[in-house]
Amino acid sequence: MPTIAEAAAEEARAILHRLPNRHSSSIPLLYLAWKTCAWLTPAALEEIAALTGLSPATVEGIAGFYTMFPLHPRGKYHIEICDNISCYINGAPDLKNHLRNKLGIEFGQTTSDGRFTLDHVECLGNCCEAPCMQINGKEYGRLTVQKINEILDSLD
Amino acid sequence: MAASETRVLLKDLDLTGPRDLDSYRRMGGYQGLAKCLRQFTPDRVIDEVKQSGLRGRGGAGFPTGVKWGFVPKTSPKPKYLVCNADEGEPGTCKDRVLMQYNPHSVIEGCLIAAYAIAAHHAFIYIRGEFSEIAEILERAVQEAYRAHLAGTNILGTQYSCEIIVYRGAGAYICGEESGLLTSLEGKRGNPRNKPPFPAVEGLYRAPTVVNNVETLACLPSIMRNGAAWYASLGTEKSKGTKLVPVSGHVRKPGVYEIELGKITLREIIADLARGVREGHTIKAVIPGGSSSPILSADQLDVPFDYESVAAAGSMLGSGAIVVLDNTVDMVEFALRLAKFYAHESCGQCTPCREGTRWLVEILNAIHEGRGHPDDLETIQKLFETELTSICLLWSAVVMPVRALIEKFPEEFRTAIARGTPDFSRMGQPGSPVSVLAE
Ligand SMILES: Cc1cc2nc3c(=O)[nH]c(=O)nc-3n(C[C@H](O)[C@H](O)[C@H](O)COP(=O)(O)O)c2cc1C
Ligand code: SF4
Ligand code: FES
Repeated sequence: MPTIAEAAAEEARAILHRLPNRHSSSIPLLYLAWKTCAWLTPAALEEIAALTGLSPATVEGIAGFYTMFPLHPRGKYHIEICDNISCYINGAPDLKNHLRNKLGIEFGQTTSDGRFTLDHVECLGNCCEAPCMQINGKEYGRLTVQKINEILDSLD
Repeated sequence: MAASETRVLLKDLDLTGPRDLDSYRRMGGYQGLAKCLRQFTPDRVIDEVKQSGLRGRGGAGFPTGVKWGFVPKTSPKPKYLVCNADEGEPGTCKDRVLMQYNPHSVIEGCLIAAYAIAAHHAFIYIRGEFSEIAEILERAVQEAYRAHLAGTNILGTQYSCEIIVYRGAGAYICGEESGLLTSLEGKRGNPRNKPPFPAVEGLYRAPTVVNNVETLACLPSIMRNGAAWYASLGTEKSKGTKLVPVSGHVRKPGVYEIELGKITLREIIADLARGVREGHTIKAVIPGGSSSPILSADQLDVPFDYESVAAAGSMLGSGAIVVLDNTVDMVEFALRLAKFYAHESCGQCTPCREGTRWLVEILNAIHEGRGHPDDLETIQKLFETELTSICLLWSAVVMPVRALIEKFPEEFRTAIARGTPDFSRMGQPGSPVSVLAE
């Protein structure tokens, strides 16, 4: 696995340079590490600690606070379905069950072939398109069982 | 006659892609900023905004110009402007429309506000899940830099300001302004005690103004057309227009723009969002995001403005309307809300950390038919700790759940009566966590 310094030295420098305070770079650097290493490995966290001047434990604490950051490897496709109020009353519970059955895993788990990780998330800020989900950050709205099937089938 | 929208922020917006810099400028964009930089002192800008009557669109409705006035002018520290683009209050999806389709209106708004408070750094803190929108904003910021609308000597004047798009990473509490600022400092997003308020001691302990995206996006047209023009819209105390995302059980969910006080909640739901689904009736309506107390179906003739909604016992909040039809089970709904806040509590304060978990535990028991007669009283006791925590998150769950129980007491009582009380769960402080882990 390449280190941040090897894979994205330029980007890391730009982040550190742009922010008026070095500690503020921690979250952008966590994003950068996520992009370069696929998940936040202990080595990546240590590297960020060195770059920001924070302790490794502090960096790990920061990464753990924000639910988006992967502290463990995730599947190739990360499915996040919203079940907050607007989605909930528009059928999200049924869609959640459908996803569990279709993928054969519980929420928080990854399929054994490493293709899908399934999570439910709080309001995605897309309530007028309820019920909705994201897959690797891409938004899908007005979901139905059929639409979910089509979306999953279209992934390679 | 059917009530209609009044579009200022959404005027002529093409909802297929972001409006680029050229089209934005053709429509008068950046003229407001030019007027500020070339003709007005920062104090004059603050006065204009005070006179416009603009109030914060992030939830509290605090007068924007007054907030800016709290920034100490004599402080030797740098000042910061922060745009709150964390949009996480369930039901709320309005700021995204501005950022997605008219990003320069947000950027121009940031620059006007930054100039007014003598800041040379403006941060746009955008929630992590909005990754595509963050890219749109970032590209618009780069466009602004290339056109000398950001960076050093903006529009050839002495004024300089850097604009930085900073992505959050999935934490509702970072929408609360002090949580946002600790997050922007690169830490876990724990809210801080107030006072000191951010205007005095905010980002890096320096004077900071935090404003919502929609608040800032109002500034370009206020500066271009004048405070009097803006103040002519709306009511005496609720000036201007408001974005209202309408979601839930309506036929045409969407983000609408209305003139404050000139349209009722019922008209917004019936005429703009086309009412509830065929064969259903409205049971209740959340008028201002998930934290606002729910209104029952007979309270909908309230004009949509800060004062009227407050007089009806709720609050305008973020303006996000969620419509619930007769199929919704209020116990289940209250449980869903409570779980959200329990999940998002940062855990610093005992009343909020433990209270949200106990609330989930009790509502879950009632929902599963394990409730007992004292449960509603226990919940009321929990709620007595409402104002004892660092930020308003605890209050943000107490308010809506209290209203649900008050408005639909029979549903809670029936649910309790039909079950077999489970007394074993009392006094097992570990148990709520197991419910949450589901
Ligand atoms: C728990 C909590 C969550 C909040 N979330 C948001 C949010 O997502 N967006 C927002 O603009 N304001 C949010 N606020 C309000 C902010 O603290 C702050 O009042 C607002 O950004 C100020 O901007 P304004 O004066 O322009 O409204 C939240 C407040 C609380 C207590
Ligand atoms: S009230 Fe809740 S969310 Fe706010 S600081 Fe306290 S524990 Fe954290
Ligand atoms: S409630 Fe699902 S996106 Fe807001």
